Amino acid sequence: MTPFLLAHFTVTTCLGRGLAAHRAALERAASGLRHCDFETVRLDTWIGEVDGVDDVRLPLALARHDCRNNRLALLGLAADGFEDAVRAAIGKVGKRRFGVILGTSTSGILQTELAYRRRDPATGALPDDFIYPTTHNTYSVAGFVRDYLGLEGPAVVVSTACSSSAKVFAAAARMIECGIIDAALVGGVDSLCLTTLYGFSSLELTSTEPCRPYDANRRGISVGEGAAYALLEKPSGSLDADAILLLGAGESSDAYHMSSPHPDGLGARLAMARALADAGLPPSDIDYINLHGTATPSNDAAEGKAVAALFGDRVPMSSTKGATGHTLGAAGAVEAAISALALRHGFLPGGANTQTPDPAIAIDYLLATRNGGVRRALSNSFGFGGSNCSLVFGRAR
Amino acid sequence: MSLTAWLDGIGCLAPGMAGWPAAADLLRGETAYEPAPTALNPPAVLPPAERRRASRLVKAALGVGLEAVAHAGADASKLATVFTSSSGDGHNCHALCEMLASDDRAVSPTRFHNSVHNAAAGYWGIATGAMAPSQVLCAHDASFAAGLLEAMAQAATTNAATLLVSYDAEYPEPIFAKRPVPDAAGVALLLSPRRSDKSLAEMKVSLGETPNTPMNAAALEKLRTGIPAMRALPLLERLACRQAGTVSLEYLAPLSLRVEVAPC
Repeated sequence: MTPFLLAHFTVTTCLGRGLAAHRAALERAASGLRHCDFETVRLDTWIGEVDGVDDVRLPLALARHDCRNNRLALLGLAADGFEDAVRAAIGKVGKRRFGVILGTSTSGILQTELAYRRRDPATGALPDDFIYPTTHNTYSVAGFVRDYLGLEGPAVVVSTACSSSAKVFAAAARMIECGIIDAALVGGVDSLCLTTLYGFSSLELTSTEPCRPYDANRRGISVGEGAAYALLEKPSGSLDADAILLLGAGESSDAYHMSSPHPDGLGARLAMARALADAGLPPSDIDYINLHGTATPSNDAAEGKAVAALFGDRVPMSSTKGATGHTLGAAGAVEAAISALALRHGFLPGGANTQTPDPAIAIDYLLATRNGGVRRALSNSFGFGGSNCSLVFGRAR
Repeated sequence: MSLTAWLDGIGCLAPGMAGWPAAADLLRGETAYEPAPTALNPPAVLPPAERRRASRLVKAALGVGLEAVAHAGADASKLATVFTSSSGDGHNCHALCEMLASDDRAVSPTRFHNSVHNAAAGYWGIATGAMAPSQVLCAHDASFAAGLLEAMAQAATTNAATLLVSYDAEYPEPIFAKRPVPDAAGVALLLSPRRSDKSLAEMKVSLGETPNTPMNAAALEKLRTGIPAMRALPLLERLACRQAGTVSLEYLAPLSLRVEVAPC
C-alpha cells in the first residue's frame, strides 16, 4: 500500500488514560491487572478494568447510546486531545468525506445482560428503558461516535472478534485509497461484560493469575477492556522524523476451527507475510513485533511457530497483554497505539508478568523494556473464527 | 466518486424466495409472491460437528454464498469475502443472556464461540478452506450497503474477485419486541474487478442523497424494510429484469448508496 499517516493516536486501558500513562507503565513493564471484582462476576480470574467508566456521562441528546461500551468510547476520545484533532481534521475534509471505522466484539451487550435481570416477571418482556439499536447492536459504537462528532459520512463496525480493530486500519486505507473518503477515525472499543468473562471461563481459557504471555507456565488470558483510536490520513507535505505511518496490512483466515488457532499458525504466518509484502519490506526490516500473545498455551504456541518461521530469533518481540489484559475487539487498536508509541519514543516494551519464556518457542522474547532504535514494528491480532490481521507501522525517518 | 465492478454470481434466500432463480422469476413478475418461511438447509459442506452447530444465521449465509459461487462457476477456496449482518445469532444471544441472568452462569462454550459476529465467516472458512482475507461488518439497518461499499472497495484496491454475503436472522422474544426482524434472509454477490464471459452486469456505486428506492409491490416493500439484507431488493429487481438504471439503497442518513446497473 501507499503509506498512510497516523496523524494522531491515543489509547485508554487499565494502564490509564492516554499515551503518557501507557509510556510510563510500558517503560517499566508494569501491569494494570487486578483480581476480578467486576459487577456481580464471581470468577477466580484477573481483569484489566478501566477506572471511571461508570462515571462518564454522555451528552443528553445522545442518551439513547448510553451503555458501558459507549461511555468507554467517549472516555477514550477525550484523552491526548484526540477529539480536538479529529474535529480539526473534519473541518478540513468535510463531514461527508470523513469515515468512522471501529472494531468491537461485544459492543454494548452488558446493557442487554443487565436488562435480562429486569425482565417483567409476568410477560418476560425487557424493560422499556432498554434501547437495542444504539446500545446492544454491534454497530452501536460507530453510530455513537459518528453522531457525537456530527458526521454525515461513511461509518461501519468491523467485528471479527479479537482481530476487529486491527482490520479497521486495512478497511479505512482501502476507502481512502479508492476515494470514498479523505480521512478516517479508526480504532477499537471493547468493554467488560459477563458474556466474555463467563464465556472464556467456560472454554477454560481464563487464568487464575495475571496472564503471562509466552511464559513456559502460562495458564490463560486476563480479559481487559480499552478504547484506542488513530486519525488516518494520506500524508501530505513534509513529515516530522517521528511521524508514524501505516506501511502495510495483511489479512487471512485460518479455515480451521472456531475457537482454536491452526496448531502451526499457518493463518497467522500468512497474515504476517501479506503485511510485509503489502509494505514492500523483508522480515529483516522489522525491529519490533507486538505479538498477539494472549497467554493461552495453544495460542502462543501457534503464533510462536509462525513468527519463528518468518523472523527466527533475530527480532525482539513481546506481548503487552500482561500489562493491559486482552482487550479483545479493542486489542488491535490498543496494540497499534502501543507500537506507534514504541516507534515514536524508541523503546521496546518488555512483556509484563512473563518470567520464564517458553523454551519450546525459539524467539527473542523481551522480559524487560529495552531502549533502542525502532524504525519499523509489526503488530499481530488474531481472533475466534480464524480471523487474522497483521499491521506494519514505521517512522517517517 | 464511483467504484466499478462486474457481477459474476448471485445468491438469494428470503421468505418465499428459495434461491436466486425463484427470486428472479418473481421479481420479474413471472410468478406471484407468496410469503412463506425462509427455507434453510443444513450446509452439506460443513463437517458433521460444525453442521450440527450451524445456526439459522449461518445456514442463510453459507446458503447464499455458495449459491453465488456456483452461479459464477468460481472456486470458493480462493475467494476473499465480505460478510455483513445487522446482528449475530439472536437465538444464541438470547440463550446466553438468559443463562447470565440466572444464578447458574455456566454458559456453554459452544454458545460462547458461536456468539461472535464473525461466526458465519468462521464456518465459511472451515467449509471452503478459504484462507483469503475475510471481512465482517455491521451497520445495523445499513449493513447491506456498508458491505457492498467495502466489497467494491476491496475488489478495486486488491484487483481480486470478492464475495459479498449479506445475511440476517430473527431474535426470539423478548429481544424480538425490541428488534422485530421477522425471519432469516440472505443475499450474496460475487464481484470481479474485470469483465469476463461470466459477467452478468456492470455495477457502479457511489454515495448520494437520493431517497431510497422502494419496491412497488406491498409484500416486497414489507420484505425490503423488514429484513436488513433485503434492502438489496431494488438492486436484485434490476438484475432479475436485466434492466439498466440506477437504484438507491438504504445507507446511513443522510446518505444513500446509489448503484448503477448495466447488464452485460
